[in-house]
Amino acid sequence: MPALKSEILLLAAVALATTVEMVEALTIVLAVGVTRGWRSALMGAGCSLLLLGGVVVAFGPAVVHIPLTGLRIAIGGLLLVFGVQWLRKAVLRASGYKALHDEDATYASERAAAVAAPGGGAATVDWYSFTVSLKGVFLEGLEVVFIVLTFGASQNRVALSAVTATVTALVVSTIGLVIRRPLSRIPENSLKFVVGILLTTFGVFWSSEGAGIRWPGSDGAIPVLLLVVAATSLLLAGALRHQRARLAATRTAP
Amino acid sequence: MTRARRFGHFWWDFIVGDDWVVAVGVVLGISLTWLAADHGENWFWLMPVIVLSLLAASLRRATARGSDGSPVQCSEGQEVTG
Repeated sequence: MPALKSEILLLAAVALATTVEMVEALTIVLAVGVTRGWRSALMGAGCSLLLLGGVVVAFGPAVVHIPLTGLRIAIGGLLLVFGVQWLRKAVLRASGYKALHDEDATYASERAAAVAAPGGGAATVDWYSFTVSLKGVFLEGLEVVFIVLTFGASQNRVALSAVTATVTALVVSTIGLVIRRPLSRIPENSLKFVVGILLTTFGVFWSSEGAGIRWPGSDGAIPVLLLVVAATSLLLAGALRHQRARLAATRTAP
Repeated sequence: MTRARRFGHFWWDFIVGDDWVVAVGVVLGISLTWLAADHGENWFWLMPVIVLSLLAASLRRATARGSDGSPVQCSEGQEVTG
């Protein structure tokens, strides 16, 4: 039962991280596609997906063959460095110290840049659209690939993680391409907070296990760790929000 | 900037981000946990304590830079993740 819980959490982490990254990638592709035409924008996005698929095919089978202990230390450590970064930014956003990620603003600025860029034309490839789409989808997708491989390999579930990410990416991109607007109603900043908590939790669990620690309750320790990480992060966000309000009040006081 | 440097810079930003102290702390934490386990100690609480302390310290450094309560300015690389 605890193993099932940890698998559900793993799939939730992969699905949420994919949603967040796909919303960001979609905003870029939409801005370029709407402004300069869809052909080159979709070609760029397609090439990028092929490249990302190549990364999964190249590294997926390889990581499965690495001994689990070493893999968990390496992957747990990487996930921790990566996860604490996500969590740090999420806490800074939640407390007002960092601007919230705004897909509408990103969409507007990408559209303005696409309009201003020279080139285009229906008959040839519009290299601006192609490159911007390729780069946007590849950079955002690389994070998904990283999470799919690390989470999947540590639980021996690379294929399941990859399928979850692919289905989520297809759902998000289909919705975005049908409505042809950025998915700004998705609570992206809250999702990033949740993903940061999940990455950090699994990072702590796997790196400790890889280092030789036996968790009380085995996989049952994961939900407890999750609660500890979530509660501490929320407390830190609350404390920083309070500190920011106090500083602002001091500044405006006569 | 040469191509190799840009490549290295990209991966540094992608994984380590703008606070390298967290990365060093994580490596030290795992090493300490491994040493403890090697000596028969099951210090399962050690990594959670270290990681949450690293998070708090990193936030403290970030907000100290924006100590007037204004939003923290982030490097371009920071936007790659999260």
